[in-house]
Amino acid sequence: MRLLGGQEVTCPAALRKARRQEQLVSKRLLREDNAAQDGADVVPDPLSEDEVLELLRGVQRGSEDRKRSLGRLRWALQNEETQQKFVRLDGSIRTLTGLFTSSLAELQLEAARCLHELSHSSVPAVAEACLPVTSYLLTYLSGHSLELTELCLYTLGNLVVESEAVRKQLLPQGIIPVLASCIQSPHEAVLEGVGYVLSQLLQAKEAPTEIIPLVLDSALPQHMLQLVCSGLKADMGAAVEFAWCLHYIICRHKDNVLLLALGAVPALTSLLLDLASQIPQDAPEGLELLVCPVLRCLSNLLAQPGCQGQDGRLLIALFLILQCFLQQHPFLVQECLWLLNNLTADDPFFCSALLCLDLLPALLQLLTCSQMATVLVLTVLCNVAEKGQLQCQQLLQQPLLAQLLPLLTLPDPEAVGQCLELLHLLFLHCPEAAADFTRQGGHQALEQHQSIPELQERAQALLDVVRQPPGAPSQATLGAFS
Amino acid sequence: PPAPPPPPPAPPFSFAPRRLRLGLQHPLFEDGDVHRHLYLQGVLSSLQEVAERPKVSEFSCHISGCSQVFDTLESYEHHYNTLHRNVCSFCKRSFPSGNLLDIHILEWHDSLFQIMAEKQNMYQCLVEGCTEKFKSSKDRKDHLLLSQDVKFCLCSGSKHTSSPTEQGSSVPMDVSVEMAEQFQVNPMETGPEENMEISQPAASPGPSLQEKRLYKSRIPSTICFGQGATRGFKGPRKKV
Repeated sequence: MRLLGGQEVTCPAALRKARRQEQLVSKRLLREDNAAQDGADVVPDPLSEDEVLELLRGVQRGSEDRKRSLGRLRWALQNEETQQKFVRLDGSIRTLTGLFTSSLAELQLEAARCLHELSHSSVPAVAEACLPVTSYLLTYLSGHSLELTELCLYTLGNLVVESEAVRKQLLPQGIIPVLASCIQSPHEAVLEGVGYVLSQLLQAKEAPTEIIPLVLDSALPQHMLQLVCSGLKADMGAAVEFAWCLHYIICRHKDNVLLLALGAVPALTSLLLDLASQIPQDAPEGLELLVCPVLRCLSNLLAQPGCQGQDGRLLIALFLILQCFLQQHPFLVQECLWLLNNLTADDPFFCSALLCLDLLPALLQLLTCSQMATVLVLTVLCNVAEKGQLQCQQLLQQPLLAQLLPLLTLPDPEAVGQCLELLHLLFLHCPEAAADFTRQGGHQALEQHQSIPELQERAQALLDVVRQPPGAPSQATLGAFS
Repeated sequence: PPAPPPPPPAPPFSFAPRRLRLGLQHPLFEDGDVHRHLYLQGVLSSLQEVAERPKVSEFSCHISGCSQVFDTLESYEHHYNTLHRNVCSFCKRSFPSGNLLDIHILEWHDSLFQIMAEKQNMYQCLVEGCTEKFKSSKDRKDHLLLSQDVKFCLCSGSKHTSSPTEQGSSVPMDVSVEMAEQFQVNPMETGPEENMEISQPAASPGPSLQEKRLYKSRIPSTICFGQGATRGFKGPRKKV
């Protein structure tokens, strides 16, 4: 079974690299379920230039064969090389556009499918060749054929992510108002398509100035929020798309006043609580696709000044989610921990809740998940320790020091540095902990860092503390009080 | 007097609890974004509605005077929406959308329109998001072609000819493509071969017996925009 189109790149390392370089272009493909009997999606071989030309002539002729030719063309266009040859032919897009505006439903639909295949190309030139047809795609969004609307939506979404020229054309033609009206459709497939187009628009580099303001001015935000929050009961597909839309808006918009006013924080909190309570029994497939953007939205919103989590049950929900997804989708660990940081940083209530609800053992289990997780867990622990003596004492009872010691041998300076910060806070509030630390061999663990530039000052400061008899203030701790 | 004691050295510990706002490209999002990408790149099957769409045996359009026949609900639906839904009550022309119908009524059946058009720009762009207005139909057409890239008339049906009389009986299956070459204003856009390829109503084989049965009458000629028919200035504005 061959992979579709030219989309051979699924190796995670390559994808992560592309993402880092901001070159991760995602596209979606709709294809009818008329694959071969064995279920394999077989991509046709590329055609020669002559064969493509013959197909084009076949669809230009006004004969009964036209529909069949168009079907053959659509099949052939599943191949990326054929796509490129086709768009290079003079008049090819014009012909397809003409068929796309046909009064005959079957021809129109088949032409739409051809355009959709082209939109999915990984070669930018192919998508750009489709620029002339985008206005018509927009027009037919307000049409009555569900299948055509869905095709138009996904085709537009694919073209929009690829080409700034397409976006520049569609925005003044009113794509946002059209989408705002489509979002009121009762049809799930249409809703999901709308979410998809929007998610692509919102990732554009010019989105913060050109697109997000238009979206926020429209009726879209309240519908998006509502569709995300009803995702568990109704349409998960649409909820997923709009959750990602909200994430793109929230992380790129200044203060998100509108979304906060719409009650996004309590609504998304409530959704996470529902999600978490469903997990043990009947977790639907792909739940992590919804959880991820919702976590991000909530976390970014809660990071805004004046915004605070209100519901302690959110902590439990977070840990339930962590427990569920740890094995299969470990990427959620860092996302959850980031939210946990934002909940605990400035809020003694959540720090206490973390302790009282006995969630520390679970938190400490995450210490060894990944490099990023280690740093994040330590940061959360620092948030708690910073709150005062009582919190430090409860932390130390875990027992904490025994779990921290091995971390001091990690090759990651950022993790070790965070560990040193935590130790400093613990010794500051509970000086007797220093003696425990020494008893467990902490002294030697600290010494190995005396030669590392970014760690040596802190390591030395802690060594000073542990060498002192308990109770005697050191330079470092004195300094901390000034 | 004794010198003040030297200030203690600043502690090397810098931790302060801080809520973090992460931007679109933050490394923490990397893995999640890759997961989202893989989800999108998976192939989906088509709408469920397609599979469930009921097939019926042949039936005809119930609008009096229209004798088109269909064998799928979808083609009927498409036909109805294109030809019968937005019909002008004055001249019976039909339009693909309510907006185009409104513009038509204003420009063709409103007695004040011509008068006002002499003094100000009244011909509005047909693209719904565009607020531009023009002093003549031609200027608007130029704008559609050049700025909005609309080469094809968004209606279906009869040919866009300058003469009001209808043409001969053989109707190509896809009329809108045929209209395209007549709509072309810019000769640079297409070579002459292109035009000949597309508009071959005489040369191409006539519709087969099958098609003749399905399209018993010609597609009604009262579907076009702005061209070919006489204008009327009768009565108050009304919409079907």
